[in-house]
Amino acid sequence: MHPITTAHYVALSAALLLIGTLGVLTRRNIVIILMSIELILNAANINLVAFSRYWGPENMNGQIFAIFVITVAVAEAAVGLGILIALFRNKETVQADEIDLLKW
Amino acid sequence: MFANYLPTGAEYFRLLPEMILTAAGTLIMVLEPLTGYRRKRFLGHLALAGLLAALWAAVVAYSSPGPAFNRLIVVDGFATFFRVLVIVVGILTVLSCWDFLARHKAESGEFYSLILFSVVGQCVMVSANELITLFIGLEVSSIATYVLAGYLRDDKRANEAALKYFLLGSFATAFLLYGVAWIYGVTGTTNLVDIRQILESRDVIHPILAVSTAAALMFVGFAFKVSAAPFQIWAPDVYQGAPTPVAAFMSAGPKAAGFAILLRVYLTAFGPIDQSWVPFVWTCALATMVIGNFAALAQNNVKRLLAYSSIAHAGYIMVAVATGTAPGAAAAMFYLAAYAFMNVGAFVVVSHISGRGERKVNIDDLAGLSSRQPLTAALFSVFLLSLIGVPLTGGFFGKFYIFKAAIDSQLYWLTILGLLTSAVAAYYYLRLIVVMYMRPAVDGEEELPPLGGGLKTALWASALGTLALGIFPSAVLNFAGASGAMLVR
Repeated sequence: MHPITTAHYVALSAALLLIGTLGVLTRRNIVIILMSIELILNAANINLVAFSRYWGPENMNGQIFAIFVITVAVAEAAVGLGILIALFRNKETVQADEIDLLKW
Repeated sequence: MFANYLPTGAEYFRLLPEMILTAAGTLIMVLEPLTGYRRKRFLGHLALAGLLAALWAAVVAYSSPGPAFNRLIVVDGFATFFRVLVIVVGILTVLSCWDFLARHKAESGEFYSLILFSVVGQCVMVSANELITLFIGLEVSSIATYVLAGYLRDDKRANEAALKYFLLGSFATAFLLYGVAWIYGVTGTTNLVDIRQILESRDVIHPILAVSTAAALMFVGFAFKVSAAPFQIWAPDVYQGAPTPVAAFMSAGPKAAGFAILLRVYLTAFGPIDQSWVPFVWTCALATMVIGNFAALAQNNVKRLLAYSSIAHAGYIMVAVATGTAPGAAAAMFYLAAYAFMNVGAFVVVSHISGRGERKVNIDDLAGLSSRQPLTAALFSVFLLSLIGVPLTGGFFGKFYIFKAAIDSQLYWLTILGLLTSAVAAYYYLRLIVVMYMRPAVDGEEELPPLGGGLKTALWASALGTLALGIFPSAVLNFAGASGAMLVR
């Protein structure tokens, strides 16, 4: 049995970052884009917690930071869904490419 | 054993502005359902009182500078400068929004609460001494601003602006966070001063590639916040779709706070590895100046034009960051102060002429403004001349100090191209002045309403600030110089 090392966590986190980034860039459904952004935030959380373990029990900064990030991410998701609902009431769509009133 | 961790009275005192703003914002939210629609203006006065109290607190907090709460925040000259700046932007926004909100029948307490909470976030950002506080301040400020951008929730353009701002903003912040996690992983600390010491010490071997990558990832988040290329695409759409007072706020407050954390993180924490981040700040500065100024030439909508101009100004300030020196930081601080006054002033004028539903925001709608409302036209000209950088205005000294710092740091190409692009900028600003003064008003145009009291105060205050920084720049500049030097200690 190989023990799980920090490198494993870092690899997992990098994979989540990649999946999240690809999701944001390629998907057109705004709900899925929101989910992809959450994936990136969680990739950072995994990194923070893994690095916190790496630096030993004296150094808890990373774990505390992760708790803050979870809280902030919830607030952000709430606001994002609220904005999306306001948009859906007026435009009846959640597709990013149909939201084109203002030219990019 | 916990007694060591309890904060002292002096530490609470250093956090006083944030506490006052949070209390005022919460109080307004509590009072909101208890106030009838006709009395909503009272909540605006309350917000103004809270902001003025916070301004006072920010100034007196500087009488005992130092770190607070286990070095989570630090109150120094730099933090005080930017706290005062973002609170003043908040005051100008609250003063200028009354007419706008009344015209759109959208007066309500949450507008003021959101402004206050956004200012709280910016105050925390600029006084952050730690990546955790920096991230929280950034998010508090951003989340409030996302909602403000979509404040007129029956307006499709405002919905779209808020959604674009939110999606791109949270995407960029997620990258910032990923970079922060890597910095923590490599150095084992989130304190900016400790990071600097670890990067400076020769006996610790740190992988320079990992630190540079993390610095680049964090730059994505900062560049988004200050609308610097290549992360500027959101700015024109969001400024156009958002309510104009909110656009004025966004273009000055969050941008100043974004540059403050950019300067603090890169000069304080990443100062020892400047050879690895100066090249991409250099490229970003050049691209931002070119894209902002040339795209502004083609605009017919004044709000979009001002959005591109605010991108261009972010480029000039990025030149100051690229110097990586204390005089560069001081020049950036001075420029941000001058920019806040002139840009908020310009947006306030646009908000005044835009009319109901914000339909009159094209350049042609300015025709004959000099005869319809001479005072508004004259003040608008002051702001535009300052944005060009004409002497006797704050914009002139801002550009002067930035390019002087750039030449002292041997950034000759950036200086030459910066001066050339600001000559291009003179064209689109002067075009607005020409339309105001030389083209007659269209017949049958409905009369502009007279300037309301709040609007007038905001306009005069912005104009006075712009001119004061242009005629007596030395006091602000000396303060900025002293506090900029503290960053690279």
